Amino acid sequence: MPPARRTDPDLLRRLLRAKDRMDAASHEAWPVRRLAQVSGTSEAHFARSFKDAFGLPPHRYLLTRRIERATAFLRDTERSVTEIAMETGWSSLGTFGRIFHDIVGESPGAYRARVQQEAHELTRVPHCFVSAAHRPGLTIAVSEKRRRASAP
Amino acid sequence: MSQGVAVVGLYVRDQEEALRFYVDLLGFRVHTDARNGDYRWLTVQHPEQPSFQLGLFAPQPPTMDEATAATVREIVAKGAMPPLVLMVDDCRAVYAQLRDRGVEFTQEPVSRYGSVDAGFRDPSGNGWKMIQGRSA
Repeated sequence: MPPARRTDPDLLRRLLRAKDRMDAASHEAWPVRRLAQVSGTSEAHFARSFKDAFGLPPHRYLLTRRIERATAFLRDTERSVTEIAMETGWSSLGTFGRIFHDIVGESPGAYRARVQQEAHELTRVPHCFVSAAHRPGLTIAVSEKRRRASAP
Repeated sequence: MSQGVAVVGLYVRDQEEALRFYVDLLGFRVHTDARNGDYRWLTVQHPEQPSFQLGLFAPQPPTMDEATAATVREIVAKGAMPPLVLMVDDCRAVYAQLRDRGVEFTQEPVSRYGSVDAGFRDPSGNGWKMIQGRSA
């Protein structure tokens, strides 16, 4: 068996910094140039290293965080879907609705109606961990999910 | 107290760096710093919590083989170690103080659920949540 491929922990720590920055401000635009700067790597090196380290491309990671925030706002606030879309970084309500549906499996409105019915039994767990547990899975590309869903 | 959890350890990439972080920046105290060759048993304590020690351990031989240690160092650097929670009386005040000392915050203080919380990482990548205790 070949030895496991190693990644320099110092590079991983700097990639983590870029991931943290997206977590802290997922509503902002995060072009690769900006992320590479945070990590102190070249743009070409960044996207590939990030995917190697965390299993998905940086842009796709950002989408999951935005949808995660949106689901929390839908669940915990009375703000309108349009407001939530703008607040979580989407410039178009249509794109937000489409990506939301692709990832969560239902529309923002349907999601809100369902979860607001459900009782909350997680109040004793610190918020950030509950939120992480609610993080939507996104292991395949959104376009790939659409393609599969529409396949006969 | 004679029974209970006495030590819980973190893996850190460099014990000297971790010592400076936890003692000089966070205000912990050294409890035990014992060396035997390359091996160093290092624990620190919160000044208000004398019955508990936080271990700052390096993943390295002889306590683990080098291949395993390399994997652990990667996991730590990716921020994948278990969550840690530091309770404080005034989250915003401590945040301002630690930020000025150079602590890397991942989340500014946020008021929610009747409390205030912030997030930071140690130099190795271990993630802490700093939560303001609810006043009685």
